Amino acid sequence: MTEESVVPALARGVKFRFDEVRQKWVLLAPERMFVPDDPAVEILKLVDGARSLAKIIDDLAQRFAAPRDVIARDVAAMLADLAAKGAIRL
Amino acid sequence: MTPPAPPPAPPLGLLAELTHRCPLQCPYCSNPLQLEGASTELDTSAWRRVIDEAAELGVLQIHFSGGEPTARRDLVELVRHAAGRQLYSNLITSGVLLDARLMAALAEAGLDHVQLSFQDVETAGAERIGGLPGAQAKKLAAAALIRESGLALTLNFVVHRQNAEHLPAMIALGEELGAQRIEIAHVQYYGWGLVNRAALLPSRAQLESTTAEVEAARKRFSGRMVIDYVVPDYYAERPKACMGGWGRRFMNITPSGKVLPCHAAETLAGVEFPSVRTASLAEIWRAAPAFELFRGTGWMAEPCRSCERREIDWGGCRCQALALTGDAANADPACALSPHHSVMLAAIEEASGGAPDFVYRRIGADPKAPRRASVEA
Repeated sequence: MTEESVVPALARGVKFRFDEVRQKWVLLAPERMFVPDDPAVEILKLVDGARSLAKIIDDLAQRFAAPRDVIARDVAAMLADLAAKGAIRL
Repeated sequence: MTPPAPPPAPPLGLLAELTHRCPLQCPYCSNPLQLEGASTELDTSAWRRVIDEAAELGVLQIHFSGGEPTARRDLVELVRHAAGRQLYSNLITSGVLLDARLMAALAEAGLDHVQLSFQDVETAGAERIGGLPGAQAKKLAAAALIRESGLALTLNFVVHRQNAEHLPAMIALGEELGAQRIEIAHVQYYGWGLVNRAALLPSRAQLESTTAEVEAARKRFSGRMVIDYVVPDYYAERPKACMGGWGRRFMNITPSGKVLPCHAAETLAGVEFPSVRTASLAEIWRAAPAFELFRGTGWMAEPCRSCERREIDWGGCRCQALALTGDAANADPACALSPHHSVMLAAIEEASGGAPDFVYRRIGADPKAPRRASVEA
């Protein structure tokens, strides 16, 4: 389980941007790319290498008026998945 | 009557082969046997226009490749132009021409990632395979420069029967050089690779041991280093989804401006490929006959036509179907359901003898008449 004090960041060589042609957010990485779904987009928008995981969870729980432990589980799972794929550093 | 097909989704990636010039002579080079000379290369303004058209069409990643792309004097300008259009840029290089000044200029221009090739971990073997004495030290120096620049680094190793045993050392070198990613790619047997197949095709035991080592290393480096792995399909039961399907995701532009659905497509004799000199990338992607030729599933014959995997592997590789069965519209013979599957077994048998000398990749070489290597009739 990831500690909430960790500060997630995009891995070296990874970019997160909005693609005007497809009207979708895309995560671009060395020789691969991901098209995150809407909840993942909201999480990735908060991954800036400065906010801690705790702060990201607080922010989402407040904005989406959802139980904090549910949000915490979803955020940690999503970031762990992208970390295993090399797109996020935890 | 069938309704007209919807327009294809935009391509994701563009491989820009800026030049076929290269100081190395790897006998499995993915460039075509008939290499294009410097005098036919697109100029800077044509490439700038191509980059604009690619961005407008929806391309997300551009791979500057070759030959050796750093042999082009306008590489930095093209990288800067791609960055200005928000394209994710990747430099695919041998590293032997990369110095501190060029590295700094590329990083400043907005390059996102460098893929650096190694032919082996041991100097003598690597330089015998690449055909360039002194290359290994330059590559190691290039890796350090890339690392210091702060850019993401991938090490690329092409593996085959003459270096497969060094796989653990390749992965260790990636860790030592601070790579974010390692690509272990078995030779793909088209073009030069097919000419040199009897010297390169690994045994089944070699393939199985490299696969096991890659899987173990992936676990060991999870979250720290990505390891991508490309297998040869001679031992497979089902073909690979070549390019993710013809004209579905990817375009390749040759140094002279020809636009191909994959980098080996020029082996398909009789197909006329469009050029960026006479049409826009959007027109080519949406309607060029060469891109329509094997797009989707309508072109398929049996066993592909009724196969439940037809939209998973898209019939495999058209170039391999032509090279090994004589008809590009046949199922890829890598598929066990292909009536031609036995040609793969025959190639394995042929490669189990002594390894013939390499036919090196050279502009003006005559690979159609190799002295000792064997080619398909």
